[in-house]
Amino acid sequence: MIFIELFLVFCMIGAVSFGGGYAMIPLIEREVTSKGWLTTSEFTDIIAVAGMSPGPIATNSATVVGYSVAGIPGAIVSSLAMTLPSLVIILVIAILFMRFNEHELVKSAFYGLRPIITSLIIYAAINFSIANGVISPTFSLEMILLVFIFLGALFSLLFLKIHPALVIVLSGIIGVFVF
Amino acid sequence: MKIDIKLLGQIFLSFLRIGPVTFGGGYAMIPLIEREVVTKRKWLTLSDVTNVFALAESVPGAIAINSATFIGHRIAGVRGAICAMLGVLLPTFVTVIVLSVLFFSLQGNPHLESAFMGIRAAIVALIVYAGIKISQTAIFDKTNFTLMAVMLLILLFAHIHPVVIILCGALLGIAIIKLKKKLGLAIQLEKPSSHSEGEKEGA
Repeated sequence: MIFIELFLVFCMIGAVSFGGGYAMIPLIEREVTSKGWLTTSEFTDIIAVAGMSPGPIATNSATVVGYSVAGIPGAIVSSLAMTLPSLVIILVIAILFMRFNEHELVKSAFYGLRPIITSLIIYAAINFSIANGVISPTFSLEMILLVFIFLGALFSLLFLKIHPALVIVLSGIIGVFVF
Repeated sequence: MKIDIKLLGQIFLSFLRIGPVTFGGGYAMIPLIEREVVTKRKWLTLSDVTNVFALAESVPGAIAINSATFIGHRIAGVRGAICAMLGVLLPTFVTVIVLSVLFFSLQGNPHLESAFMGIRAAIVALIVYAGIKISQTAIFDKTNFTLMAVMLLILLFAHIHPVVIILCGALLGIAIIKLKKKLGLAIQLEKPSSHSEGEKEGA
């Protein structure tokens, strides 16, 4: 049944979602494409919808995936499944040991987790630029325009400190005019 | 019991108000949580809340939702945790649903199609930006860098599930620190604190 599948997929992702939402993008992408729910390009649109709303990008993406696969009930199941593991882990930690984050074992685990989170995000960046034509073997006007939008967006985020949601909206407006 | 339900309602409403502020990362809501939970409601002390944010980072899940859950538990136990979590989740859930309904009903519209061509390039930029931000705090020595590079190659060329990679990362971290200790090497678990401000933006 689709709801059980959604629940299991997002519970698993929720249990390992360390270090910011963008590291979870390749995980969600792997699951939704291997289950045949969405293509990578369709999933990029879902990240866009998730990024335009307030709230964590990974949880929001789970909600949109759930909605696109099984309507509003799917959205509810997916977002609850995504947050359930955190709730359980937090309750266990809160009851057992409040100084959990100062434990050396936890700190050493994060010493290994942080670089892995970085590789996951770089992997997602490479994967998504190929899937969306920002990197493509054939040179075309479309690709040049996409590269320009990509560079402009990255510049705005890094140096002009424009809010990510605004960057999404602005690039959409540019898209309407140039494509 | 009556007071209990009133308290739970207050927790839910407090976090319902904070929820919409979590635009683009949970760190934006830290001052709001402090104002609501410490100054206004006097549920917790400032040092309690600071401790909660540090904990919320070490647990899987979004910082915003995790902090709310921890604080809810501090105030009113398991039921408090659930009320705070649902409160912080609900406003963003509704916004996401509204945007999804709009998006899927407009699909096929040529203007929306061209808008999303541009947006897809921007999403790639957002992911690259997140990568640059996190690498600034995650990569600070040779071991770190090697781990990142090797795992990236494995992700790109071997078809191993990312969940396995994450679990390997945690285990490798523990193993590397143990090994460094045995060899008597200097151990640095985190990037020196001069950059801790940058960490806060990367959420």
